[in-house]
Amino acid sequence: MLSDKAKSEITESLKKYTNKRSACMDALRIAQAEASNNITKAAMEEIAGILGMKPVEVNAVATFYTMYNVKRPVGEYHIQVCRNISCSLLGAEHLIKHMENVLGIKTGATTPDNKFTLKTVECLGSCGTAPMMQINDDFYESLTKEKIDAILKDLK
Amino acid sequence: MEKVLLKNIDKPDAYKIDKYIEYGGYKAVREALKSNRDHIIQVVKESGLRGRGGAGFSTGLKWSFIPKDPTIQKYLCCNADEGEPGTFKDRGIMDNDPHLLLEGMMIACYAIGASVAYIYIRGEFAFGIRRLQTAIDEAYSKGFLGKNIFGSEFSLDMYIHSGYGAYICGEETALLESIEGYRAQPRKKPPFPALAGLYGKPTVINNVETLSCIPAIIEKGPKWFSSIGPEKSPGPKIFGVSGHVKRPGLYELPMGTTLREIIFDHCGGMLNDKKLKAVIPGGVSAPMLIAKDLDTPMDFDSVAAKGSMLGSGAVIVMDETTCMVKMAYIINRFFSHESCGKCTPCREGTAWLTNILKRLEHGEGNDGDVELLESVGTNIFGRTFCPLGDGAVMALRGTLKYFKDEFVYHVKNKRCMVG
Repeated sequence: MLSDKAKSEITESLKKYTNKRSACMDALRIAQAEASNNITKAAMEEIAGILGMKPVEVNAVATFYTMYNVKRPVGEYHIQVCRNISCSLLGAEHLIKHMENVLGIKTGATTPDNKFTLKTVECLGSCGTAPMMQINDDFYESLTKEKIDAILKDLK
Repeated sequence: MEKVLLKNIDKPDAYKIDKYIEYGGYKAVREALKSNRDHIIQVVKESGLRGRGGAGFSTGLKWSFIPKDPTIQKYLCCNADEGEPGTFKDRGIMDNDPHLLLEGMMIACYAIGASVAYIYIRGEFAFGIRRLQTAIDEAYSKGFLGKNIFGSEFSLDMYIHSGYGAYICGEETALLESIEGYRAQPRKKPPFPALAGLYGKPTVINNVETLSCIPAIIEKGPKWFSSIGPEKSPGPKIFGVSGHVKRPGLYELPMGTTLREIIFDHCGGMLNDKKLKAVIPGGVSAPMLIAKDLDTPMDFDSVAAKGSMLGSGAVIVMDETTCMVKMAYIINRFFSHESCGKCTPCREGTAWLTNILKRLEHGEGNDGDVELLESVGTNIFGRTFCPLGDGAVMALRGTLKYFKDEFVYHVKNKRCMVG
């Protein structure tokens, strides 16, 4: 069930647009934020009801955009390491291997305590400070193995 | 050159409205609101400003296509879906000087008669989204947005639409689909957005950096702007440099600055003083250039004459240790991942290219694979709705043009030439 707060945020989003459907992306983001970074079938059905869409239409939107975590639950800290060109030139692959070792999981997996999900991601627009990664909403830039160790230790 | 786009980037708290005003901001929009709409479009045309998102289309001309009928609803969409790998210039503006963008958008909206504007920003830029929302809220509270902005007859509402992880939204019609609440798949053109854009209404879509040029053009005049850089491709340009250089980052320089100056003067030269092997001049869709091209002026026409493109001005520098098969694989994997799935040649073709490149990179290539890459490319190029598929092929062809021997070496020796 969406919270009252989420519902009022969706109502607020509707004011930005001339059609209800435009608020679908905001609604999914709002729903995801309050459900441990995941989107459930129930949430999509509820959003469909609010926006006058069919649930399958909401699902179509949610599954198109990679930041919506549909059927791909993520842990408390969603780590996304850039693997695109500028980061790769400065050693992103080594950092990804290092993180796999430190966290004891392969890329794509979540730690058994549901704390960390490790993924690779395409360019996040932070190429001047490569290599970089994003953990939940925050960017971590100019990474080294030592920096990563400190960041992970801090979150553990 | 006096900085225009990054002039506030190192000034304290420039993101706050009072500071932006203190540093000389929101003068140009007041001036613009006093003049005739057509006059502003004329000024922007005369300035020679060309779109900084990559296509390089004349901004003034684009604005002039919008119907003049005041009874028709019109929209401005700012394309802030910066996703071309290597590109981080718009983020620099939005994070540090959001009011510069807002002021440019206000002038653009007035000129085309748009009463509603959206900033389409990629969802990963959470910090920039917060910065922009705060800036918009500040502008409303000062009467710079909303009814009768700056006490004029003109009213304007501005909203943020957050993308959520899809490179294709940088394509202007996919961006419109996304704002309308659909999967972001490009539309067939024509009709062009200037006539039938957002919700079927006339719409201008401009890049962040393009719009951020507008206040200075109004304030200092079109002649001042067109006197910077080459005649046909004038103005200041932000170059975002990444990869194997000593000082990567954003550099605002005149259009037409050579690659050599950018890399060796401004960025301090090659990282660890290695030799330069290749450079991508404008984001990964732009074919690679090599050391002999270093004296190419970085403007739309000069880079095009070298068979590449200025694109977003994202300069990615690679040294002699770089494996070009690996680079081609990374670039193609990206395009395959981001293909929206609408057209078969792009959806299937980029996936096949990635499969072939992957096996080459992993030393599992077969005889004939290099020819196969070229053949698959030929069957994608020019056969898709939007430029994504073309970008993938252009990038690959550019790499093969100079480094085919490395691909052949990978096939024959099952390993890399460069170690």
